[in-house]
Amino acid sequence: MKQRLVVIGNGMAGMRTVEELLTAAPDKYDITVFGAEPYGNYNRIMLSSVLCGEKTIEDIVINNRQWYIDNGITLHAGEGKAAVYIDRKHKEVYAQDGTVAGYERLLIATGSKAVMPEVPGSDLDGVISFRDIFDVNKMLDYSRSHKKAVVLGGGLLGLEAANGLVLRGMDVTVIHNHEILLNRQMDRPAAKMLQTELEQRGLKFKMAAKLTQLTGDQNNHITAVSFSDGRQLECDLFVAAIGVRPNMELARKAGIYCERGIVVNDTLQSYDPSIYAVGECIQHRGDTFGLVAPLFEQAKVCANHLSAHGAAEYVALPTATKLKVTGINLFSVGDFQGDESCQSICFTDPALGVYKKLVIKANKLAGAVLYGDTADGGWYQQLLEQREDISGIRDALIFGKAYAE
Amino acid sequence: MNTTVQTTCPYCGVGCGISAKIDEAHHHLKISGDATHPANFGRLCSKGSALGETVELKGRLLQPKVYGCETSWTEALDLVADSFINTIQKYGADAVAIYGSGQLLTEDYYVANKLMKGFIGSGNMDTNSRLCMSSSVAGHKRAFGSDTVPGCYEDLELAEMIVLIGSNAAWCHPVSFQRIRAAKESNPKLKIVVIDPRRTVSCDIADLHLPLASGSDAALFNGLLHFLSGQGVLDQAYIKAHTEGFELALNAACIDIEQVADTCRLDKDDLHRFYEWFAGHEKVVSLYSQGINQSSSGTDKVNAIINCHLATGRIGKPGCGPFSLTGQPNAMGGREVGGLSHQLAAHMDFSSTDDIERVARFWGSDNIARKSGYPAVELFDAIYEGKVKAVWIMGTNPVVSLPNADKVKQALQRCEFVAVSDCIADTDTTVLAHVLLPAQGWSEKDGTVTNSERRISRQRALFKPAGGAKPDWWIITQVARRMGFEQAFHYQSPVEIFREHARLSGFENNGSRDFDISAFADIAGQDYERLQPIQWPVNQAYPKGRARLFDDGRFFTESGKAKFIAVTPRPPVNPPDQDYPLILNTGRLRDQWHTMTRTAIAAKLNQHKPEPFVEVHPDDARRYGLVTNSLASIESRWGTMLARVQVTDSQLPGSLFVPMHWTEQYAGRGRMGALVNAIVDPISNQPESKHTPVRIKTYQPAWQGFILSRRELGIDAPDYWVKIKGEQVYRYELAGMTLSENWQDWAKNNLCDNDGAAPQWQEYQDPGRGNYRAARIVNNQLESVVFIAAESALPERNWLAGLFEKTELEKTERKALLTGKPPVGQADVGTIVCACFNVGEKTILAAIREQGLKTHQEIGRCLKAGTNCGSCVPEIKALL
Repeated sequence: MKQRLVVIGNGMAGMRTVEELLTAAPDKYDITVFGAEPYGNYNRIMLSSVLCGEKTIEDIVINNRQWYIDNGITLHAGEGKAAVYIDRKHKEVYAQDGTVAGYERLLIATGSKAVMPEVPGSDLDGVISFRDIFDVNKMLDYSRSHKKAVVLGGGLLGLEAANGLVLRGMDVTVIHNHEILLNRQMDRPAAKMLQTELEQRGLKFKMAAKLTQLTGDQNNHITAVSFSDGRQLECDLFVAAIGVRPNMELARKAGIYCERGIVVNDTLQSYDPSIYAVGECIQHRGDTFGLVAPLFEQAKVCANHLSAHGAAEYVALPTATKLKVTGINLFSVGDFQGDESCQSICFTDPALGVYKKLVIKANKLAGAVLYGDTADGGWYQQLLEQREDISGIRDALIFGKAYAE
Repeated sequence: MNTTVQTTCPYCGVGCGISAKIDEAHHHLKISGDATHPANFGRLCSKGSALGETVELKGRLLQPKVYGCETSWTEALDLVADSFINTIQKYGADAVAIYGSGQLLTEDYYVANKLMKGFIGSGNMDTNSRLCMSSSVAGHKRAFGSDTVPGCYEDLELAEMIVLIGSNAAWCHPVSFQRIRAAKESNPKLKIVVIDPRRTVSCDIADLHLPLASGSDAALFNGLLHFLSGQGVLDQAYIKAHTEGFELALNAACIDIEQVADTCRLDKDDLHRFYEWFAGHEKVVSLYSQGINQSSSGTDKVNAIINCHLATGRIGKPGCGPFSLTGQPNAMGGREVGGLSHQLAAHMDFSSTDDIERVARFWGSDNIARKSGYPAVELFDAIYEGKVKAVWIMGTNPVVSLPNADKVKQALQRCEFVAVSDCIADTDTTVLAHVLLPAQGWSEKDGTVTNSERRISRQRALFKPAGGAKPDWWIITQVARRMGFEQAFHYQSPVEIFREHARLSGFENNGSRDFDISAFADIAGQDYERLQPIQWPVNQAYPKGRARLFDDGRFFTESGKAKFIAVTPRPPVNPPDQDYPLILNTGRLRDQWHTMTRTAIAAKLNQHKPEPFVEVHPDDARRYGLVTNSLASIESRWGTMLARVQVTDSQLPGSLFVPMHWTEQYAGRGRMGALVNAIVDPISNQPESKHTPVRIKTYQPAWQGFILSRRELGIDAPDYWVKIKGEQVYRYELAGMTLSENWQDWAKNNLCDNDGAAPQWQEYQDPGRGNYRAARIVNNQLESVVFIAAESALPERNWLAGLFEKTELEKTERKALLTGKPPVGQADVGTIVCACFNVGEKTILAAIREQGLKTHQEIGRCLKAGTNCGSCVPEIKALL
């Protein structure tokens, strides 16, 4: 008699866990998946590519509906199918439309929600986030009918959105609250090079800016953005990309212990032993997650436990960054700023648009920022994860694996 | 139109004939060996082969200069003449001096000597030949009554045994060494013995190497004489008929083989083997050079060698004889004209009143000098002390080459009047001159030189004179005329001087003097022009010259008999002691000549040994904490130098070797002359340059680095620097005691200028390790690159240097630039072994490995390495 597994969330983390599970223990569970979006499972990180026209939605689908049928998975996706209640006592999950599924094991993979700016006007029409296919379609609509876009947030997502909108013909200004772009992934020199390169592509920037208000017209549609320095920008479309928050409402309502996210242990179990959680909705050893690589690692560990192999433990590793803007190569991993106990190695060839910085701590690589030439990013990440002593290859380190070995 | 001219190489005393194909329009020469010249039969060494690369006008002295300002010939000549006249009037003739050079042509030398000794009336004309063969001159004179090299190069092929004594001929006389190598290859029975404290590359073809204790040569040859006597192999009839003083010499040489082995610190069996071989071979040539001459007992050493030849009658016959290898292209010519301060002219000297009167008569002078002048070391002491107040230096660089060279520098700084004739603008000596006179260079000069085997050859002009450069004879003549000696210095061309020189050699000679070229007394201009190499004497008896002298047993002593000299061996004057426990030996390298003023212009000659270095035995290296390629400071009581350490067991424990070449133009602290003790042989006055007590210690800079630059740079000289010219690149090796606060600024200050182009910078910084690297790229062409490291190893320079020959950097190269290593998959040729064909060590090793090459000939066929001058063959064999 198969056990029942219910998965809440048809996103990348949940479905990767299911895929891993199907490999590890194909016959262990009857699986039911609840998803809020009316699609199969798609690669959310490729939305930027859809936005800028390099890929279609079909291109980024990972598992279409047929896949669920083929693997005997019951999929409840689309309008009314969002899970709204977990009855832990009876081990049942309810969707908005009353669909119910019982479980022996529950996996919560509800992902995250975009953070919206806390300024007047953030509820105006034309103010969106950049999270899903719905958002992308909206941006594409606007790009056909409107001119002025403002993207709030000079992080990875904001820059990808802005780049896409520029490519779609819009006049785009990126507003960032810091002096440098990607300030959580890049140091100043790399960020400056990036900004220059993006400016050459037509993006405009307003750095170290503090947003004060969004103003709308009589139709309640956004028309302008105001700043603390008194300046204003015209605006037809406002995209907020200032980060995400774990989507843990469902769990919290079910009485599962949450802090900033659903708190899980090293085996991705919540405080309810029958309930697991993976992805952007969780909090593991104080950390929350926003990039795809740790999600996949969590999926692997979680599947290992769900399949009762029970040996893996999740260890959060430094995650590398990549910006999905064609022609721009940047990479960062680990502690790329360093502190007094660190030393840095630097390579620059401004004319070729190349900048590299490695941070060394106690003869080990602690972090790296690469701009323009990211070929060895993977190798640095490996050195960093494996905590290898690099003193023997230090003089060649920044030139890459080929020269250091 | 291209013409080909036969001329003579301006480097060592081998005196090789050169065939120079001239491209006047491009000021370019194609150099090859003159197949008809009896000194080399077409062979050339690496230096000679690269002569075409040394004729560029960059760096030449092209206009007269007075106190640093360019001026006219008239003003400069007037000033020299006036200064000499005023000094003589005020302080007497002995307050002026000329210091000449074995680089001067015979005609130049003749007029300089005639001016000083014949008309100024002072003996103060000496020459840098004092530093290289005056002990041979003195030894010859004592034994033969004349300064005669008895044999000729052909004896090298005819000999059954060749002994190389204090000679690294493989590097210093490469073409003679090739003849020996060829002789050995065609006659494997030819015994070759090398006697030298160092196991030099000349040992490559030796059957036996005797690494004797420094300075112990006289005991070795005394022992040989004693041994030969004991073996009964002496030629008693010859001794009786043609020599004097044998008994005294034999008594003085009474030393048995154990004692010799002890004194010379040699293995007794090896010593015995050498003695037996010498006894057992009739045809023995003893080739000796600076290891014998540069000694406080150099003259005695020469005579100890000659004694053995006289006692066996092995002299003046084909295939045997003592044979002094002279250092310079015209050391012999200088001796012929009387260029040394104790000589007068034409193998006549101040020891004979008759000679003095005779020369005075010939020259028509009533003011001839009557006594010897100051020999080189004393001359510069006299300048230092203010006894000599005006000096004229011609074609030599005493601030580098003389012992206690810092004192020589000070002497010239103090001197009231210093005139220097040179073809090069900036040398350590020219920078101290009040008047600079631009002399013609080798490719412009016209006259004669004499090589080690007494062969007179023509040096012919290949190009028109550069700028305002003039022949040395002309410059001297002009000054002489201004000093009031118009009559005696009316020369219009070198042939007129040559005729007079020839007439003087025959003047009242009648067979009394060995040097006689009276057959040329009336030589026609066109015959002089076409003169083919010929060995003196050239007179009525020997109109075609003479290969060997003394074949008739007649010598130029009063009695006509050769003289044995009783030699009591003396150790070097300054023994090592507690404070200075090591012995410093100095010498030449394969690819450099003297003070590098010309060879360092040829990029390919700078690759073999790019930096001043010191060879240290492994035991000493351990004792003093030295490792190969680290820097060391070497100190004597007289001065210090810095050099790159080469640990090698070719050095004896307790002794160091440094090359003699580096100057302040090419290295910060690489002048070995500063260390050398100013001790001279009491008879020859030749300095003891092969033996100075020194100490060595590690020199640990805070950083080391290098710059490669397409342009010559004015570097903010750090504590240690060396400049090396390469193909399209100047290389600067650097080290300093203090780290820069900001290497970025330092690099920009040193590498940039306003060349208008927009440079692109590539930089690498690892301040935690004290590493800084940068490249400056203009129009995608490498302009300069700098590597600084506090503790890391620096990459080899070859690959980076090679990039300067490219017009464009490839992407992969640009990416690899600051690794200093070729893009992965691209080969690095390694240190250049063969300078002629630019073949690197790594290329050779790869060929050996991949193609299974087993002999140097196979490597030659495959890579051409070692097939031109052949002087790298020992190194190729070492790689095998």
